[in-house]
Amino acid sequence: MDRDEFREGLRGGFPIMMAASPFGALFGALAVDNGFTIADAVFMSAMVYAGASQMVGIELFGNNVQPWLVVLSVFAVNFRHVLYSASIARHIRHFTLVQKFFAFFLLIDPQYAESERRAECGLPVSFSWYLGFGLIIYFPWLITTAMGAVFGQLIGDPRVIGIDVLLPIYFLGLVLGFRKRDRFLPVVAASAVASVAAMHFVGSPWHVSIGALVGVVLAACLPQDRQPREMAAIEREA
Amino acid sequence: MDAQHLNLLYLIIAAAVATFATRVGGYVLITQLKHIPPRLEAALNAVPAAVLTTLVAPAFVYGGFDVAASMFVAFAAGLRFSTLRMLLVGWVVVMAIRHVIL
Repeated sequence: MDRDEFREGLRGGFPIMMAASPFGALFGALAVDNGFTIADAVFMSAMVYAGASQMVGIELFGNNVQPWLVVLSVFAVNFRHVLYSASIARHIRHFTLVQKFFAFFLLIDPQYAESERRAECGLPVSFSWYLGFGLIIYFPWLITTAMGAVFGQLIGDPRVIGIDVLLPIYFLGLVLGFRKRDRFLPVVAASAVASVAAMHFVGSPWHVSIGALVGVVLAACLPQDRQPREMAAIEREA
Repeated sequence: MDAQHLNLLYLIIAAAVATFATRVGGYVLITQLKHIPPRLEAALNAVPAAVLTTLVAPAFVYGGFDVAASMFVAFAAGLRFSTLRMLLVGWVVVMAIRHVIL
């Protein structure tokens, strides 16, 4: 373990932890509202550790939807993580098998986005950094889930204190962080139109997988400009 | 522990397994390939923007005027400031619309 790298990870993850805390508390509150005990809510945060899908899961559970459909919905909301784990493979080749296990367990949206950004800037994606970044988000996520479950009744309607807009704005910030990439505008436009249409015609949570797939397929189909420097680097890596 | 509560715990574990499968699945698939073709590389590079957009666009279109307005102002702020400031700006706008204007 490299202490400096670990500390840098802690520092990097800190603002994400602050931004995620209201959602941890919101999840805890909603979970209790849907018949979970405080321990159940914390258990789900500890095991699944994927905010948006946890929200979808408890909502379906509260509405007595068939268990297989709840699990399928969690899978659908998290399906983007298949793409994350494929994409991040290039950067974590040097991790040991055990380190990879923890890396995949902790692979949430900001963890992926920040690892990609770090690799893009030429900084090392070390396990120490990765773990520091992950743990400063993971443990407070459990604590805020418990706090939300305990004090859920005090929060009341999340709309009144405006916390419902924080999640889409947070994801918007992550999108903006990738605006320098090739084909950014056509990909974002295609995914935006496809996800809105899928939301209308198919419904949630499928809009996530459908919209993402349209953007990714478009990126693969657009003319590829030759980038000899980057390609050489990838081939050397492989 | 009653049967219904036990079923809930099984459900949570199943959801956790499904989530872990998505987090390791892409890696397992990609490491089967000897080298990465350019079009697959382009597809992988598009993943973050494509996915995150699907979590943003429907909220903007179907979230109502207050949500759309706060997201629009936060977007403008996001071109210059950090994500945390973006969140603060968006939150102030939505609170102003909900409690002062409406």
